[in-house]
Amino acid sequence: MAAGNFEKYKSDGSLGGNALEWLDARFPATSLWKGHLSEYYCPKNFNFWYFFGSLALLVLVIQIVTGIFLVMHYKPDAALNANGVPIAFASVEYIMRDVPGGWLIRYMHSTGASAFFIVVYLHMFRGLIYGSYRKPRELTWLFGVGIFLVLMGEAFFGYLLPWGQMSYWGAQVIVNLFSAIPVIGSDLSLIIRGDFVVGDATLNRFFSFHVIAFPLVLVGLVAAHVLALHETGSNNPDGVEIKANKDENGIPRDGIPFHPYYTVKDIVGVVVFLMVFSAVMFFAPEGGGYFLETPNFYPADPLKTPPHIAPVWYFTPYYSILRAMVWNFFGLDAKFWGVVGMGASVVIFALLPWLDRSPVKSIRYRGPITKVMIGLFVICFFILGYLGTLSPSPMGEVISQICTVFYFGFFLGMPWWSRMDKFKPVPERVTMK
Amino acid sequence: MSKQGKMDCGRRRLIVATAAVGGVGAVAALVPFVSSLLPSERAKAAGAPVEVDISKLEPGQMMTVEWRGKPVWIINRTKEMLETLTKLSDAVADPKSEKDQQPAYAKNDTRSIKPELMVVVGICTHLGCSPSSKFKSGADEGMPGDWLGGFLCPCHGSTFDFAGRVYKSKPAPTNLEVPPHVYLSDTRIIIGEDKKGA
Repeated sequence: MAAGNFEKYKSDGSLGGNALEWLDARFPATSLWKGHLSEYYCPKNFNFWYFFGSLALLVLVIQIVTGIFLVMHYKPDAALNANGVPIAFASVEYIMRDVPGGWLIRYMHSTGASAFFIVVYLHMFRGLIYGSYRKPRELTWLFGVGIFLVLMGEAFFGYLLPWGQMSYWGAQVIVNLFSAIPVIGSDLSLIIRGDFVVGDATLNRFFSFHVIAFPLVLVGLVAAHVLALHETGSNNPDGVEIKANKDENGIPRDGIPFHPYYTVKDIVGVVVFLMVFSAVMFFAPEGGGYFLETPNFYPADPLKTPPHIAPVWYFTPYYSILRAMVWNFFGLDAKFWGVVGMGASVVIFALLPWLDRSPVKSIRYRGPITKVMIGLFVICFFILGYLGTLSPSPMGEVISQICTVFYFGFFLGMPWWSRMDKFKPVPERVTMK
Repeated sequence: MSKQGKMDCGRRRLIVATAAVGGVGAVAALVPFVSSLLPSERAKAAGAPVEVDISKLEPGQMMTVEWRGKPVWIINRTKEMLETLTKLSDAVADPKSEKDQQPAYAKNDTRSIKPELMVVVGICTHLGCSPSSKFKSGADEGMPGDWLGGFLCPCHGSTFDFAGRVYKSKPAPTNLEVPPHVYLSDTRIIIGEDKKGA
């Protein structure tokens, strides 16, 4: 489909037609349009869960556009101004109070950060339940995991920029995590900070990563993700390969062109999404202290840690896993294992295509074991996320340890439990339930 | 390149050699970029010693000064506070300050030059948060009932006594760091220097 050869456009003699013919002879306009939109065939049975890919793309555009305008007013400078306030912190206040419309652009960007993670988590959950990562879409999944990692970096760098208390101490803790790595750790954290403490050098390089390096990589990975998807074609809630059943013209019998069918469907998703997004942005931009944390309304103070520090909600499950590791193994201290656990809990998603040994893709034709395991995994993920927002406590520690064990058990036990299940026969053609 | 299935080995060696030289060049080009990430000369030069006047520090009080961008605490410990140190020698991980977290002149029971005056970097040795003071003994400040007073790190719950010694089974691996410091007089300390004019 995507790689298909399409005939070059032939003009009907009109001015516009001639222009398009001229263009198409020099640029793959027709083949791009047809290969990726008007003749890219998607399964006709996409449901609710298939909104979140295009919504993630929408949020990416929102973040880039609002980001461009924020950079026009923001100053990455940790020095104190005449009023004794760090210039970076003051420039965010300036955007909020003095720049016309600045508050709206900034709230779009901060709400967009949380929205990005919400839609990406839902998008990943879709992949999990319908087996979208299975052969032949492993590479699409790997690009997706790459996008997720870059997105986490992007969010982390961005959170330092307002130079509030949570920005400062959050960065301090995360950068110090790298110092737990044996041998190279302390030099590595020095290279990340660019100084012996989190300071102006750190702020400026995080700004550079946040506005140039990571967005470039992110856009490249998104392109690769979509190209790889269009090469294999989309999965669907039944996990049936629609390319296995084509009509005499070579078009999948269960496929419909992405444009106009799914472009129009996605517009409905976009409208509903923007309603929710606007409601948060206008009425609860701080997200109850989860989207913008209260200590970040105080300028960074290197001499005083706020009484309760926690990462933003989208990092809290991994943060809980970090805190759950309290034992020293193999002569390396718990701090190192916490970092390993946190890193592994994210990277392990990349192994899914090879861990899942189920003979069918979709949860619709898998038995109770799969449903219970995925259900428990989601519950564990939420519990870890909730505990990560709280102060450390002995009770929380035990619960987070149990959830951490299950979290890794879910993945590492998958080659066994995914095969043990009872399976239902998969239909030949997609169903429309 | 290959005619009738024969490979031109001379050309292939040239290609390999060219690629290898190009690779070395590419790696060499990384050097200025990576080295630019290291602390600048200005950052290295910063961190001059700080002179502190402690004449107004009453017993039981603590003051914080900034040295090399880090908080340094000066605590004027009362007799009761000092008494807790001996009681805690079984509860802390490194009671005799064996690990190199202090200059030799502070490697003693009170981890200080003068018993009552504690000078310590207020940065948790776990992940670099600054612990909060919990000076009242008992449960008054949200600590366990047998708490004798000291510091609690809000990030991951490490606890320290009045000499900055970490309690056992806490995430922080070592005691808080005692910076080099020297008394100019009874009321003036220089932090960041061992000897006057050194």
